[in-house]
Amino acid sequence: MRFGTRPGASSRVADTATRASRRRGNKRGGGEGVWYPRWFWPSFATPASLYLLVFFVLPLYVIVSIAFGTVDATFQSPRPIYQPWFWTSQYLTKVTRDAVGYQRGVYIRTFIYVFIASVLCVLIAYTVAYYVSRFGGKRKGLFLTLLIAPFFVSYLMRMLAWINLLQIEGYVNKILGWIPFVPHKVNWLGGYPWTVVLGLVYGYVPYMILPLYGFLDRIQQSLLEAGRDLGASPARTFMRVTLPLSRQAILAGIVIVTLPMFGDYYTNNLLSNSPKTQMVGNLLDNAVNNTGQGPLAAVLVLIIMIILLVPMAYYLRSTSNELKVST
Amino acid sequence: MSGPRGWYRNPWRKPRVLQVATWGYLAWSILPVVIAIVISFNSGRSSATFQGFSLQWWNGAPQGDAQGSLFKSPDLHAAIIQTIRLSIIVMLIAVPLGVAFAIGLDRWRGRVAKTANFTMLASFVVPEIIIGVALFYTFTYTLNAAVKLGTTAQIIGLIAFQVSYPVIVVRARLLSIGKEYEEAAMDLGAPPRAAIRRVLLPMLYPAIFASFALVFADVVDDFVTVRYLSGGSSTETLSVKIYGAVRATPIPVYNAAASFMLFTTVVAIAVVYVLYKRFGRGQEGSAADFAAGQL
Repeated sequence: MRFGTRPGASSRVADTATRASRRRGNKRGGGEGVWYPRWFWPSFATPASLYLLVFFVLPLYVIVSIAFGTVDATFQSPRPIYQPWFWTSQYLTKVTRDAVGYQRGVYIRTFIYVFIASVLCVLIAYTVAYYVSRFGGKRKGLFLTLLIAPFFVSYLMRMLAWINLLQIEGYVNKILGWIPFVPHKVNWLGGYPWTVVLGLVYGYVPYMILPLYGFLDRIQQSLLEAGRDLGASPARTFMRVTLPLSRQAILAGIVIVTLPMFGDYYTNNLLSNSPKTQMVGNLLDNAVNNTGQGPLAAVLVLIIMIILLVPMAYYLRSTSNELKVST
Repeated sequence: MSGPRGWYRNPWRKPRVLQVATWGYLAWSILPVVIAIVISFNSGRSSATFQGFSLQWWNGAPQGDAQGSLFKSPDLHAAIIQTIRLSIIVMLIAVPLGVAFAIGLDRWRGRVAKTANFTMLASFVVPEIIIGVALFYTFTYTLNAAVKLGTTAQIIGLIAFQVSYPVIVVRARLLSIGKEYEEAAMDLGAPPRAAIRRVLLPMLYPAIFASFALVFADVVDDFVTVRYLSGGSSTETLSVKIYGAVRATPIPVYNAAASFMLFTTVVAIAVVYVLYKRFGRGQEGSAADFAAGQL
């Protein structure tokens, strides 16, 4: 994390000095610094770099080629065009026209769901992380174990658990049945927006709690004490000291949960499976599963990538800063 | 001071609201899963209410159900085998690849290194559906002569998605170790490769073991990449079977399957922990490394 001070940060000057002496150093490696062959460190990184080039970067190019390609007239299979100068933009035009046309609702819905779900994630995660870091006391270990527990359970199983609970005869309706005047025969899995948002929050909030906890736990108590000593109430200390300090941690947490939410189709399929709650991820998944829609799927991949450009750039920038500070 | 106003003004009051909220969150996050496990032992056909204890969905012959129980159904049995096979193979390839990548990226400077680092981070943050769909089309239309959809494609795709996990876990550890130990070893006459193998690598054991557990558990749970790259129902894993059927027929056999996945994950982590205790003595921070990898 780039937040907080790192012991390594101060030794940057010393590090540069060692590197300079290493460049001057002789081949055997004397007392000052150590000499490595030029190919030494690259040789460690080459296999995985080549792997990612062939099985991550190349597939993304294939997606671009399909998005700007055509469809085979008889087999309905996509025909990728690999040369940029032959690209056609007919499918890009179609998808963007749909996006501002009859599929506009899906895109707006995606943003609304992701927005509400991430706001709820922040509220829940901040409360829990704040309590555990400030007031966990002797129980901190227990709390952390319980907070890490959801990571051991697969996402699928956690959604399955809610399918069990939200069925018509499920326990949620049973509990609602105890309360008078509350409808208790609701088919919660029949396309309710709140069910999908609940699923998103339930699925992704653990990913936000741990980084927030890691940050809040490092805030120096003396800062808070200073606020209190200067006469601020606990609420004011929180608003004027703790919250401003944790702004970046909250932003990082939001990025961590929104990135997968924008590509999510399974939460929707499992907890609603209704066109009324479709998100962009569902459009993509459906297009992949239908023959003849290959180029549309490829364009949708590109659209999701564009939506995610800002949060991804933020994430990449903050992680690379963090590494720069620490080395 | 008394009354609600006094209670609010009291700077030493216990944070009861926060406490209730936190315990409420913990109950909300854990109880549904516990209920799902309990329902896998249901004697009835419903996955909504528990009607009595029985092992029929695990190893019996549930009445009136074509799918059968988890261990007796040939379909689910094959899925279990496929799940374990993919997890072990991917783990054995992705972790060494990632550990070497982490060491290389940590030391290698320059533009190429920066690009490699950027690509690795991008593969880490991109939603899984994008890698899955991209590889699906690559294997179907571009590399279809070399790789067919099925186990090989699944392994390749999973490694592409998983290789960044060990990189991130191991790099976090490398940052805390620093370069002094290897340099000391080399000053004492060890050639670079020996310094890495005999000095640096043992210090990385906690991170490496955590990566093994992390990748294994993640592949067991994966259903996005595995589903897109499975050639047919014979190469579907447990999670894909659950995903495909649970909405239409939510019967407890899928609770049993999901519980079995959880059980496999816990066993894998326990095995890794024991191995780590055996081989990684004197090292601290395995749990912390695991947590770091999840972030």
